[in-house]
Formats: sequence, structure tokens, C-alpha cells
Amino acid sequence: MRGLAQSYREALARLRVQALLDPGSFSEWVGPTQRVTSPHLAALEAPVSFDDGVIVGQGLLHAHPVIMIAQEGQFNGGAVGEVHGAKIRGALLRAVRDKPGAVLLCIDSGGVRLHEANAGLIAISEIMRALFAVQEAGIPVIALIGGACGAFGGMGIVARLCDVIIISEEGRIGLSGPEVIETVKGVEEFDSRDRALVWRITGGKIRRTLGEATLLVDDDIAAFRAAAGEMVGARSLFLKKRGLNPTTSSLQTLQAAQQQLGARAELDAEIRDGQVLWSRMGLGDQVSLMSPEQFNRRLEALES
Amino acid sequence: METLHLDLPAIQDASLNPRAALYGVVSSGNLEVLVERGHDATRCVFEVQTAAHGFVEVWKAVLTDFAARHPVGGLSFAIHDAGATPAVVSLRLDQAFQSLRGA
Amino acid sequence: MDALQPIRTWNHEALRRQARLERSMPFSRGKAVATRDMVSLLEALLEPGDRVCLEGNNQKQADFLAESLAACSPQRVHDLHLVQSVLALPAHIELFEKGIARRLDFSFAGPQAHRLARLVQSRSIEIGAIHTYLELFGRYFIDLTPQVCMVAAQAADAGGNLYLGANTEDTPVIVEATAFKSGIVIAQVNEQLERLPRVDIPASWVDFFVVAPTPNHIEPLFTRDPRHITEIQVLMAMMAIKGIYAEYGVERLNHGIGFDTAAIELLLPTYGESLGLKGKIARYWALNPHPTLIPAIEAGFVERVHSFGSEVGMEAYVAARPDVFFTGADGSLRSNRAFCQTAGLYACDLFIGSTLQIDLEGNSSTATLGRITGFGGAPNMGSDARGRRHASAAWLKAGQEKNGGQTSVRGQKLVVQTVETWREPGHPAFVERLDAWQLKQDMGMALPPIMIYGDDVSHIVTEEGIANLLLCRSPEEREQAIRGVAGYTPVGMARDRALVENLRDRGIIRRPVDMGIDVRDATRDLLAARSIKDLVRASGGLYQPPKQFRNW
Repeated sequence: MRGLAQSYREALARLRVQALLDPGSFSEWVGPTQRVTSPHLAALEAPVSFDDGVIVGQGLLHAHPVIMIAQEGQFNGGAVGEVHGAKIRGALLRAVRDKPGAVLLCIDSGGVRLHEANAGLIAISEIMRALFAVQEAGIPVIALIGGACGAFGGMGIVARLCDVIIISEEGRIGLSGPEVIETVKGVEEFDSRDRALVWRITGGKIRRTLGEATLLVDDDIAAFRAAAGEMVGARSLFLKKRGLNPTTSSLQTLQAAQQQLGARAELDAEIRDGQVLWSRMGLGDQVSLMSPEQFNRRLEALES
Repeated sequence: METLHLDLPAIQDASLNPRAALYGVVSSGNLEVLVERGHDATRCVFEVQTAAHGFVEVWKAVLTDFAARHPVGGLSFAIHDAGATPAVVSLRLDQAFQSLRGA
Repeated sequence: MDALQPIRTWNHEALRRQARLERSMPFSRGKAVATRDMVSLLEALLEPGDRVCLEGNNQKQADFLAESLAACSPQRVHDLHLVQSVLALPAHIELFEKGIARRLDFSFAGPQAHRLARLVQSRSIEIGAIHTYLELFGRYFIDLTPQVCMVAAQAADAGGNLYLGANTEDTPVIVEATAFKSGIVIAQVNEQLERLPRVDIPASWVDFFVVAPTPNHIEPLFTRDPRHITEIQVLMAMMAIKGIYAEYGVERLNHGIGFDTAAIELLLPTYGESLGLKGKIARYWALNPHPTLIPAIEAGFVERVHSFGSEVGMEAYVAARPDVFFTGADGSLRSNRAFCQTAGLYACDLFIGSTLQIDLEGNSSTATLGRITGFGGAPNMGSDARGRRHASAAWLKAGQEKNGGQTSVRGQKLVVQTVETWREPGHPAFVERLDAWQLKQDMGMALPPIMIYGDDVSHIVTEEGIANLLLCRSPEEREQAIRGVAGYTPVGMARDRALVENLRDRGIIRRPVDMGIDVRDATRDLLAARSIKDLVRASGGLYQPPKQFRNW
């Protein structure tokens, strides 16, 4: 009846998990029937969720065993609380033990859950530590970012620690959210209601242009699945192409990242908008209308 | 939060194989429904936690109609509600039930 | 013949006009006025008590002229009588607060509804009446003819010819009424051009023009982001298409503004197509260029659209689809509110729109306590035109239903209200008594502000089903038909269950299942576009959404 793709942005986390992995292969840990809900939200008389807004478990991606972690952006903005964070950390540590082909981390989060303040902050640092342990064990962590909340706050940092980031144009990565920046620094600094500007600064295309995201895909669960599947299948090849090789040396990875940051610091200070950068790169002023396929082709041609 | 327990007589559809499953999401104007196997094939049990106060009568009417509409005997429904309208509650429950049947 | 009768003069108005023009001479060069002279010009030509139309439309606003008028000295300019369709700008309210204006006849006050109500309560304003657009336009030619009008145009040439651009809206009717009754016509323009793309208002009707410091404000009022359409709205749209559009073969129609109707527009090329309805329904429209209509246009559903105004970002798309839209020789949209309202009233077979409250007689209102919103054009679209004399299949079928199955001397317009029974917890759409009655009392109005009268409503669509009020044979049946689709609102729960089941057996109430609609199919996947970006894609990149609607 229709030709639209199954939108990654619109899907609930449970649907994303189902559609990203091989059909019927997923089994969940600490699932909703166990009712491990947030004691902090309950104490505040705020609604709780049976899975505390995150789904963790194992499954297969193109027949490779993977560990799946998927945040539900629609529950409290995907924010990380104590239970939520412990589930993510636990799943990461399980990866160290079980040695799957990869960990898929579907980030859809504004960061720490304000209701749980300190517990949430601690949870974020525990997630980071666990993530390093996974990488130390030679297992790549693939971040998928395409939900409405993007990856902000602590989860923005976590995203950048991952070996690979697959992002859609609708996806965003940042530290402070646009509204926070506007509140603190004023509307002249960042007009958070100018949605187009917000995306030109935090969105998938500019993050890919700056080399912070690895691959830009359509807002289509099948596209995310295909991209993640390819990386799990031939990851070292792919990572080498991008000058990264986490399986041999994490120091090397960090140095590469440092180099990237150095290059970015040398960018012209006049560039305060993705469009300016794209124009200077010769990509024209229609970048926002390019499909991911066109965009990737143009960008790869420039990069090679 | 307001809570509501409701235990209603219901017909069972023996062909249903209810694997526990979660539908929907706790976001503004929405709700999540966890369907599990209950203890009594002739009853349907509802357990509701809602953020909207003062709607117990509406909840009872919506759930009673739902239990009369479908053979839900032997099932238990646990609901976390974040201010969904009755239309959304009915739709979500219908979807959850139809998915059990389809699965 | 009485030879002693004094000689009567017949050109008072022309003489008064001449005097106004002479007083304003120091502040203009020909017809051109400098921005800095505008306040002085207005103070020179206006007289206390003048009837003034300060063009405030649904979308386009003569904002610079409004601010200039508000900057006039209340000692020199006072007690004006404003006759304008929309009170949209803060400056409009200021006029009354400062005493520059005292009396108001209008149609709609959306954004200023709250402040307007406060003015009424503090007796800082006299309201003549709240009109529909057509009604007010009609009165411009009878008893509310403006003595001075201040309008907004896209461009002027040196001689004062005006080009109105895509948002023509109310300008022609305002200027016509003023210019031909010895009034003064003042225009603010966005730019002065050597050569206009086309002349919409000839220079001989225009007295003054000013190039405004900033382009006139236009609100993208008709853009609905598909992102916010709910599954419930999809379900109701499926019912409207299958249970009403297909059932009556509705080819000519008008849609109200809102997510409910946007859902219908986005379901035409998917759900509508799957029912084989292309070419059979929704072919001719009285409608602004809604971005959500793009997929249906591209799919070949829509043959023709005439518009009240335009919509920001749709200019290039409209210009590229001249077979569908009314465009001038220059290729840009020509809209016209007066003509399009007439089309909606007389040449359409269906109006569908949403509302905030419906009572047990089917009266509906968007008025809520403490706000005077007005009507705009909905009552024209949403009423049976008793003067209509041409037949169509949909009109005849509806008329027959109303007449107990017999052919009548007239048909009936389909006037459909589509609402979710609860707007949100605590706000039922169905009520025993409309807030409009309380508002009438609080504001000392002559009539309660009812948008669509119950006896004009043919169908009510809710998530629970469709009530066909044409088939009801008594006020009791009508009440139960309304209760029978009012869901779990107090009004709905107070239904007589046996009577409602009887109405269902007779097809007066139809549930989704009665229409062969599976509620499981009611997902957002049915929408032909789920985001603004999908709309841009569907338009081949021609639609350029305003930045607040873009997330790329």
C-alpha cells in the first residue's frame, strides 16, 4: 500500500531491536516481567516503566552473535537512571565474558535522568568504564544513533567512545542540548527554535562530515541493520579504511582521535554553521536536501 | 500516582498462547501494557498505575468494555499510564490482544 | 414640487476625501510616503470616529501600518471604528488600550483572543459583532464601508500599481469597498519595482504607498508536521474516507485546519488508493496550499485547488503545478479569500473540520472561557447553503437521507465534525453545555459564539465511530446518536445503551468494524508522509519549509 521505509526514528526501542536483529533471535535479560523498575521515580510519584527504558540481551546479526543494548527515547527522554544504567553496564560486562562479535548500542538519550541525579551520573561513569573493558577485550562497540533524543549529555560522551557510530540525518550528537546552551549563553549564541540550525550543528550529516560519525544512513531500520551487519561481518577491514584499529591497539585509537580533534581545532573560527563548512568544502548549498547515498558518495570522493 | 485493581469475569480463548509481552511506552499521553498469563481461566485481571488522578470510573468503564469485547479469560494486564486518553487506552489494549492472537 | 426646498449636495464624501488628501500633501511625494512620515500622514488624514480597515488577515498582516497607527497621538486620532477580519498583532490591541480605536467589527482573533477578552471585560472596547469572513466582507459594501483602509502588498511600481503576491487574501475586497466609496487606500509594500510581475490593484485605486522597513509578517498557519499525527487521528481519517467520502462520492470539498484533516490528506494516496477511490473522491478543493496535500497531488488524486491565501514555503511548488493551482500569467499563486469562501459555501459538497466542544444538539464551538477567538471562515464552509440550486450526487444523497429517503426539493451539504472524544484528561470534547454560553454572559454578547450550528452538522466522527445525524428522526435520536460516539466522556457514558444499539442496527451509528476497518491497521505507517522531510521529498524538493519545521 505504501513505499515509505520503516522509520528508525519513529519506532519504539522494542521494534528497533526486533527489526535490527535476525528474526526471532533476540533473548532479553532482566525483561519487563521481572519488574525491575526505578525506585527513585516511584519515590517521586513519577510513572515508572517495566524495563526502566532500556532493553538488553543477546541475539544474532547476520548470524553473528551480538549483544544488544537499546534505549527507549520516549520514556523520560531515554535518560539514564540507576536501574537503566546498571542494565547497560551489566550487558557490557557480559560482553567481556561472552566475547560476542560486537556490541550494538542503540543510543536515544538526553543524558542523565534528572530525577536520579547522582545515581545517574555514577551510572554514566560505570558505563564508560565497562565500555573500555569491552574494547580492551577486543570487541567492537557499534553505536546506532537515529532516535528523536539523539545522544546528548553523558550518552553523547559514551557515543564518542564507541568504535563506530552509525547515524541517520535525523540523529544528533552533542554534550549540552540546544535549549541548555540557549538558556545559558543566550539566543544569539544558539537559537534552539531554529531547528534547521540545530541539525546543521548537531545532526548526522555534520557529525559525519567532521569525522565524528562513521557512516550516515537513511532513517530506515533496514539501512541501520545493513550497515551494522556489514561492520560486524568485516569490521577490521572497515575500521582500517577509516584509519582506526581498536583490535590491535587502543593507544593508536586514542592518538587517531586526538589527531582528529587537533585538525578540528584548526578549522576556521568563522565556521559556526555546518552550511558554511559544506560550502567551503565545495559541497554546495543543497547538502540538506541530499540523500544519505548522494552525501556519502560526495564526501567519500572528497576524503579519498 | 493512582492505582486500580480490577478483576473481571471473562471468556477464555484456549487457542491463545500468551507469551508475556510488552506493548506501548510510558510517554506523555501514552501507556505501556504488560500482558501475562493469569491464574484463573474465567477471570481477567487488570492492574493500573496512572499519572492522571480522578479517572477511576472511566478506567473501569474502558476495561470492562475491553474484557467484554475479547476472550481475555486467563490473562493479566499490567498498565503504566502517563495520561493516555480512553481512545488510546482502548486502542493499545486492542492492539496488544490482537497481537497475542496473531503471534 | 416644493420650490423652497434647499439645494441638496450629493458629494459630501468626495469633498471629505479631497480634504483628507490636501491635509496629507506635506507628507507624501506623489503617492509615495517615506517610512518616517507615515505617522504624520495618518495623523493628518484620519478623523476621529473614522471607520478604518487595517488589513489583518488570517496570514498576511499590514504590520508596519498597524504599528504606525498605534504610534499616532491619541489626542489627534481617537475613537476609530476598526472593521477588519483578523486581530492578530499586539499593535491591534494597543490601539484600543490607547484609545486610538474604540469600536471593533471582526471575524477572528486567534493569537490575541485572551487580551481581547480582557479589553471587553475592562470596557476598553465595544464589539459590534463577530462575523464570518464573507459576512464581514458583505458588510463592507452595506453598512461597514471603510473610510480609510491600510493594506499589505508584495510590491508597488512608481505609479502606485500593486502586486499582491501569493497571499492575496482579503486585499481585493477591502480595496474595492474603500476606493469606490470615496475612501483612502494606503498600502505598505515589501519592495518597489520598476516593473511588476502582474498588476493586482490598479494605481488609480491607490492613494499612498510606503516601502515598509521589513517585509510584512506572514504566519505559516496551515503547515502541520506529520510527525504529530496520532494513530487515533489515522483511525478517524480511515473512517472519514471510507464511511463518508467514498459513501457519498465526495468530489468537491473543503478541509478545516488541523491534524485530523491533515491525516485525511495524507491517507488519500495510501488508504484511499487501496480502496480504489482515485478519481472518484476529493478531486476539487477550496483549500490553502497545505503542505500535507502534496502527496495526494503527486499521486493524481487532486485535480484543482483554489485558495484563500497561500502558505509559506509552498511558492515554488505551487508555481510548478499550474494545472492544479490558480496562478497568474507570471506563474505565482493568485489567492482570494472572498472568492474561495464563496466557493466553499456554494460549490463544495463537504466541509470537515475539528472543534473543541460539541453539545447534545451538535452545536460546536472553539470558544473557551476567557478567550474571544471568533470564527474565521469555518461557519461559511460548515453550513448548508440554502441558496444553492445546482445538484451533485453527494448533495442529493445527503438531502435524501435528511428527508427520510424521499427526494426533496433540495439536497444537503455534508458538514462533518471530527474530534477525539477526550482532547486530554480533564477536557472532554463532548459537553452538556458549551463554554460559549458562559462566554456570552461574561462578555455581554448578543449571541453565544457557536462556530457550527447543530442543525447544519450531518456527521460526527470520533475514534468510536461515525454518527449520521441526517438519519435521526427526533431530537431524542439525535442526542443518543451523539452520546453513542462520545466515548468515555461523561456525555458518552450517560448514553442509553439499548437505544444506541438500535441506532447502530439502523446504520445511524457505525463502528469501525461495521465499516470493515480493522483498528490494528490504524498506524502511522499508513501516512503518505510521516515527516516534513517526507513532504519535501514528495514535492521533488520544491516545497521549502520554514526553518522552524525543518530538522536538517
